[in-house]
Amino acid sequence: MSATMSNPVMDNTQVAESERPRAEHAPIPFRTVFGVELRKAFDTRSGFWLMVAIAATGVIATGAVLAFASNSDLTYDNFAAAIGVPMTILLPVVAILAVTGEWSQRAGLTTFTLVPHRGRVIRAKLAVTIAIGLASMALALAVGAVGNIVGTGLKGVDTTWDLSFTSILYIVGADLIGMMIGFMLGVLLRNSPGAIVAYFSYWFVIPTLTALLAANQDWFEKAQPWVDFSFNQNRMYDGSFDLTDWTQLFVTGTVWLLLPLAFGLWRVMRAEVK
Amino acid sequence: MIIVDSLTKKYGGFTAVDHVTFRAEPGRVTGFLGPNGAGKSTTMRILVGLTPASSGTATVLGRRYADLPNPGREIGVLLDASAQHAGRTGREILTLAQRTMRVPRGRVDEMLELVSLSEQESERRVRDYSLGMRQRLGIATALIGDPEALVLDEPANGLDPAGIRWMRDLLRGFANKGGTVMLSSHLLHEIEVIADDLVVIGNGRIVAAGTKSSLLAAAGTFASAPDLTALSTALTGAGHTAEASLGGIRTDADAAQVGQVALAAGVPLTELRPADGAGLEEMFLELTKDNAREDVAA
Repeated sequence: MSATMSNPVMDNTQVAESERPRAEHAPIPFRTVFGVELRKAFDTRSGFWLMVAIAATGVIATGAVLAFASNSDLTYDNFAAAIGVPMTILLPVVAILAVTGEWSQRAGLTTFTLVPHRGRVIRAKLAVTIAIGLASMALALAVGAVGNIVGTGLKGVDTTWDLSFTSILYIVGADLIGMMIGFMLGVLLRNSPGAIVAYFSYWFVIPTLTALLAANQDWFEKAQPWVDFSFNQNRMYDGSFDLTDWTQLFVTGTVWLLLPLAFGLWRVMRAEVK
Repeated sequence: MIIVDSLTKKYGGFTAVDHVTFRAEPGRVTGFLGPNGAGKSTTMRILVGLTPASSGTATVLGRRYADLPNPGREIGVLLDASAQHAGRTGREILTLAQRTMRVPRGRVDEMLELVSLSEQESERRVRDYSLGMRQRLGIATALIGDPEALVLDEPANGLDPAGIRWMRDLLRGFANKGGTVMLSSHLLHEIEVIADDLVVIGNGRIVAAGTKSSLLAAAGTFASAPDLTALSTALTGAGHTAEASLGGIRTDADAAQVGQVALAAGVPLTELRPADGAGLEEMFLELTKDNAREDVAA
């Protein structure tokens, strides 16, 4: 035993730096990482059915408006809203799964080995999230437009285009913020069920509680725009923000979205991938 | 070539990897041997940048892993065959790797064929794969970029004997073409048949390293006789060591010396050979056990 113990370092006699001539490989471009991340959003059952669900709810919502709305309610605003609401709720889940899959499913072991710069991978995921969000919203507006034309045509009423471009921008902005909250929760919690539960709490539980609080406490009703991010996000769907509204959105967004996101990213960059 | 230099990883007061230094040479298979929890996986994760080191450096083909422009083309890595999204098919996982590395699409089918995953199996989701199939898929992912080095953590886990032989031939061929292979195992027999060089780790420290033949030589000679006590006495009397081993005695004397001693003592030998497998195994157990005891005491 002593013979091996006294010689614990490998014999370095054959230190030949004459490695075989290497081809210098080009760095992986960002569009490649983006393309792979985009593919990953669709190539699992959960991802695929989530996308199907988003498209299906849009079509079902259009059908529902046609079936149940009175003739005067057959407006573009109502079509777009009916399609947009389920999408607003489901799109952030896309953002969550894009991030958490790497940890919950441990796929990150391969992802971060093939692209050993986590920042690039996370940026690609963010870009994919936003791209899917914008594409889905464009689809929702298009389906809504078709529904509006077909619906009013069938019922013989005038086609009403009552959704201004500015209103659309507010809606898109609010939906993107929702997706960013999903992204933030994914980065922060790195766990699919945890992040989804946290997101639905944010979306359904907190607004109910704060609304209750605001209804019963004057001081909170006054303070709410300065502390409640979901309150401000929801106000965006009604549009026409003034400077104070934007400031309130920015202040609450910094506290509830940007700071947790920064903290989550800081941890992601350092955390071990196991 | 993979060079690990004084790599250390501390978790609070616990040192998982303690000044680990070794190198894996091109054209050779380097076995990284140690019991579970010895620090093998941590060392490998540090090597590929998944875990930050507390101190020390590791380079692959002369660079830090993170500085490789397209790592999959230079070093194939398999750290945990089960670490895949269970909802993806095997083919899809290979396709993601193929696209990330920007190698031709045909490599996916080539690799599936190489690791003997059928068309049908490749369309199944990894959730339904056996561990052996996951290992094959992992090896395919590691090889798809046609790399110059391979780092495999416990690649033989879950493979059947035919699979282990297949992998041995594959890695041998890879090394013979000038590639660098580093693979870990907690099973000595597994690594003994594949590796040229061995690095033995216990409780985060390198306890032995060298070519397999030098470590085997150090393991001495195995001899057996009907009267083991007499043989043992004769050997120690002649100034050699004599330790009881499975069905015989292990000694630091070489075969000729044992024969001489036995002849002089009039003890007939029933077996006389280099103490290869068993010797190395005992060494492995002993080294790692010693280390474990030290750390428990401390």
